[in-house]
Amino acid sequence: MSPAPSDTAGVLERKDLGRLLEVLNGAGYRVVGPRVRDGAIVYDELRTEEDLPIGWRDRQEAGTYRLERSEDGRVFDFNVGPHSWKKYLFPPHHLLWSTRQEGNRLQVAPGPTLEDKPLAFLGVRACELAALQISDRVFQGGVVDPTYSQRRSSALIIAVECSTSAPTCFCPSMRTGPEVTQGFDLSLRELLSPWGHRFLVEAATDRGRALLRQLPLRAGTEEDQGDLGAQRARVRAGIQRSLPVDEAHDLLQENLEHPRWETVGRRCLACTNCTMACPTCFCSTTEEVPSLSGETSEHFRRWDSCFNLAFSQLHTISVRSSIASRYRQWLNHKLGTWWDQFGTSGCVGCGRCITWCPVGIDLTEELAALRAKAPSTPTTAQGAKA
Amino acid sequence: MPALGPNPRLAVFKFASCDGCQLTLLDCEDELLTLTRRVEIADFREASSQVIEGPYDLTLVEGSVTTEEDRHRVQEIRAESRFLVTIGACATSGGIQALRNFADVEEFSRVVYASPQYIRTLATSTPIRDHVSVDLELRGCPISKHQLLETISAVLTRRTPDLPTDSVCIECKRRGNVCVLVARGATCLGPVTQAGCGAICPAFHRGCYGCFGPQGTPNVPPLTHRLHELGASRGELLRVFRTFNAAAPAFRQASESEERAKT
Repeated sequence: MSPAPSDTAGVLERKDLGRLLEVLNGAGYRVVGPRVRDGAIVYDELRTEEDLPIGWRDRQEAGTYRLERSEDGRVFDFNVGPHSWKKYLFPPHHLLWSTRQEGNRLQVAPGPTLEDKPLAFLGVRACELAALQISDRVFQGGVVDPTYSQRRSSALIIAVECSTSAPTCFCPSMRTGPEVTQGFDLSLRELLSPWGHRFLVEAATDRGRALLRQLPLRAGTEEDQGDLGAQRARVRAGIQRSLPVDEAHDLLQENLEHPRWETVGRRCLACTNCTMACPTCFCSTTEEVPSLSGETSEHFRRWDSCFNLAFSQLHTISVRSSIASRYRQWLNHKLGTWWDQFGTSGCVGCGRCITWCPVGIDLTEELAALRAKAPSTPTTAQGAKA
Repeated sequence: MPALGPNPRLAVFKFASCDGCQLTLLDCEDELLTLTRRVEIADFREASSQVIEGPYDLTLVEGSVTTEEDRHRVQEIRAESRFLVTIGACATSGGIQALRNFADVEEFSRVVYASPQYIRTLATSTPIRDHVSVDLELRGCPISKHQLLETISAVLTRRTPDLPTDSVCIECKRRGNVCVLVARGATCLGPVTQAGCGAICPAFHRGCYGCFGPQGTPNVPPLTHRLHELGASRGELLRVFRTFNAAAPAFRQASESEERAKT
């Protein structure tokens, strides 16, 4: 018999992972997490353990993402994919309210609020925990966004510490990962070695502890800690990209006229993929969809992007007509003025914007270019001064 | 936007086209009865042979100008219309028939027709906007039913319709589609193509072929460069840009650049 686990931590054998899904379903959660679809690992509903991407690995580079089979049967042997949790907290297209004309009166009905079941996010990585905390400041720091707030407060966060890293990752330099340290209800650390295939489980909240008590756990051993240390070292060693998080704000402000903006503007497609894939980009617009009869109307919120021409349209003209000026605006906000607005960087180093850019523009490379040399001759990103 | 009378008259006219965009109006089955209560359908020959003379409050124009007669007819239609909306790739960029703009029409006529002396056609297929002023354009081959209803509703209530010039990518991402270009290396024109279709093709695992024409600020050269890196040949990209919006300037420049590089 293994020694008994504590009430906040223990070890779950691989064969018992399915029990976690059962416990979550039993507790009334709608479990969402990673699963394979259309050649990528996306976030979607999970019903059983078999829905997880068991034995799948991803290969990521700037502008490229591929899945491949792995032989060792690891469950979480992949990095963050095209989706992020923001799609659940800040839905891409969402009914805010609807109106109906009844005689001389206008009846207003609110849009859908909470689902009947609270969400359980299974597989939240360290960089994504950081993204959730950044989003909390955006959506709840001042005026509270009811849609976000209701879902966020009810959602159970089950973190999974990365056991691999992609060449597009740069979380260590952003101080957001790869180790999972806080911001979760329950965390999992998958280990696979001659000592076995198992998960170190840790509970950080009452909700987490209530779930942990229902899992068949054993106490941790020195071997578990040894494997974890080796795994963490391997993950960190695999991360090559970096970004000067503390320098970025001033570096960007001092280089608003750098010729590099024109260079990247010639490559950028203004397609919005970076901002859509970003776990913290939060821009939206609203649309009014009246019925043809004119008696009813629906008011939606939908994801928008600073790369769209209409995004910067002020009284019929766009103040950021050049793509260079839009890229500059995005990077300046994400890494610079986000500090002024929210007290943090807007970037967590997940690398999604690098992988999912169709032409592979890499923000770490752009920042390095700004840092490498100050502009010798001042030029202007056309139409750009925001 | 001009104010409309209490019983606005709607007319639908066609030029060189396949009728598919007009069909989108007939396809609004659930909304048709409501529509007929809001507007008087004055001239819509695909739906009814009953014709009421102009002027019209809202005119939908499908198709491109390809004959001398059409050049005059479009002027007459404009003169009879308070608000003129062009619908579809033919009307907004010249359509697939604008392939003639890249070739010798006389030679085509000799090859295709037994008696080419009866063919009287212009050397080019051009969008309606090249001939008369146009109030709004609806892109697509065919147009989107949602955008059509949105536009009619906007004209009736004198507001600006919601017709984003964003790329198809944003619709893919809102839908949760996995990017076929990044995850499969598929030839996809989504990044340079205007939204409006709801990203139908990528949702069915194929690349966008640009039927809504170029987005608001299309930057095509870096995309073609990337597609070449992924293995697309010059000939393939030439064909991809020469479809329903072949004559839209950004797509025309792209195909001509592929053609020059090929020869």
